[in-house]
Amino acid sequence: MTPGSEALAGTELPAGGAMRVMGSETEYGIHAPSAPGANATMMSARVIQAYAQITRQKTAGGAETRWDYTDEEPLHDARGWTLERSQADPSQLTDQPPVLDAEAVALAYGRQDLEADGQDETGSLLMNMVLGNGARLYVDHAHPEYSSPEVTNPRAAVTWDAAGDLVALGAVRKLASDPELPPINLYKNNTDNKSVSYGSHENYLMPRSVPFGDIVRGLTPFFVTRQVICGAGRVGLGQDGSRPGYQISQRADFFEAEVGLETTIRRPIINTRDEPHATADKYRRLHVIIGDANLSQVSNYLKFGTTAMVLSLIEAGQAPRIEVHEPVAALQDVSHDTSLSGTLRLLDGRRVTALDIQWMYYEAAAKLALETGVSDAHSGDGHTREVLERWELVLTQLGSDPSAAASSVEWIAKRALLDGYRNRDNLEWGDARLGLVDLQWSDIRPEKGLYYRMLARERMQRLVDDAAIARAVVEPPSDTRAYFRGKCVSTFGKQVVGASWDSVIFDVPGIGKLQRVPTREPLRGTESLTGELFRKHDTAAAFLGELLGPPPGPKA
Amino acid sequence: MAAQEQQQPQSRDTEIEDEVPEAPPAVPEAQASAATQGVDDLLDEIDGVLESNAEEFVRAFVQKGGQ
Repeated sequence: MTPGSEALAGTELPAGGAMRVMGSETEYGIHAPSAPGANATMMSARVIQAYAQITRQKTAGGAETRWDYTDEEPLHDARGWTLERSQADPSQLTDQPPVLDAEAVALAYGRQDLEADGQDETGSLLMNMVLGNGARLYVDHAHPEYSSPEVTNPRAAVTWDAAGDLVALGAVRKLASDPELPPINLYKNNTDNKSVSYGSHENYLMPRSVPFGDIVRGLTPFFVTRQVICGAGRVGLGQDGSRPGYQISQRADFFEAEVGLETTIRRPIINTRDEPHATADKYRRLHVIIGDANLSQVSNYLKFGTTAMVLSLIEAGQAPRIEVHEPVAALQDVSHDTSLSGTLRLLDGRRVTALDIQWMYYEAAAKLALETGVSDAHSGDGHTREVLERWELVLTQLGSDPSAAASSVEWIAKRALLDGYRNRDNLEWGDARLGLVDLQWSDIRPEKGLYYRMLARERMQRLVDDAAIARAVVEPPSDTRAYFRGKCVSTFGKQVVGASWDSVIFDVPGIGKLQRVPTREPLRGTESLTGELFRKHDTAAAFLGELLGPPPGPKA
Repeated sequence: MAAQEQQQPQSRDTEIEDEVPEAPPAVPEAQASAATQGVDDLLDEIDGVLESNAEEFVRAFVQKGGQ
């Protein structure tokens, strides 16, 4: 190892609390009101293309970078086997670049568009970008998706997730300014209320030594009930939303299994996809698919913060020992019970409310944090204490006066707005106007999105100020390998020909072959370890020379 | 473990009893009452922002499957 390459090899965060390597993925709902039949994959590619045009204006040499699929393993199951490709649903094969053939493009936009600007220099449609903030922006199935850079704490998770909404907004504005194209709207929600759902996922790094069975047992009761603090609210019951009513979660009605590998069909409460995107014998990346996309910063913060703490409980062997009877049905019962008064049956015979279960997790988490010292006001990790305080406050409010949580808990906030309409105009739940309020809540344009209208009136709390979110659109987090990835893209964009979570690939003039820099340790490649290298070198050749050690050997 | 299971609801009950009389901090309450006062105002603003023809707009929002 050279001094430079050590900057990419392992370290640790304080254990027992809310700090952990984590990240978010948001698939946006996509809709062109003036071109209702437009091909969704094509429109999604337009979104990526539009953002590439923006960053080209901002970053010398362009910031668009191809995704390196070498380490994608979507069919590896955490339970210890690999699904045969032939047995997989085509939507599970996420390790191959999506292909849009010329016919699909022509059908969607007319043939002359093929020669216009729908393509990059090499002639193929750009479906994948790595951004200067370390995120990935790409076409996933029929939606544009933003995958945040890796962060180490829930506040940063909220910041870089919200930055994704600004990235999406940038693309929407760019497309709206083109008179030749139909404007495209993006929605940060999870269903079209016509039987289709699309995800917002969370990822958490865990030691591989934790048995997967412990994760399933420890997380399932928590996932069945955490929607009470981070559900985004939904008008309509059932997958097609045809039964009138309001429910806590966007996603709950789309879950059909307890544990499984799939993410698009037979969705499981616990997803077993085992692609660590890191040193595989040390880490597991827990892929969480059950969450709602959150605009509310407090709900989003609690979603990441409390889940990270529950994983700490599982690692310490201190998760509450409870099992929920028929968790899939319970998940939907909780979602449909906006009074929060219904009870769930535990396998030991007790009947408890969703809030009771949340309190059990809260108390166990507070105890572990006290034992490990991470929640200490002075010597703690700087995050766990706030997560515990906000978690406790929200649970107390939900148990006594839920309307007190209207500026923080997303489903309560949306409900308050819907109730305003119901009361003023005597609307029934099946009224299309309430469906529109639900949909437009998640429009990412601040002038149209109803969440943003509430935020502007300070009816929603801000945890992160607007300037910090705007910075996170261009700056990577400083304390993970995302720093290295993002800085490579923004500093040496012209020479970076590919990147993924665990590699950056350079094509440097004068060196015959591609240089692949592995970044398999998520807590390396940080600003403190590599910032000096970026400041010191103007050229990719000199930068790589110091990082990899001269002469460039065959290992890269 | 059985002892621990039985303790948890109890400790939770005592915590609730301790906290309810103290009530949540004043800030969210102030926000909540402001919410009641300004609700007509808010709805007027949102009336002007909502897409026209709700029924058609909602019906046309059709997505393809995702994860």
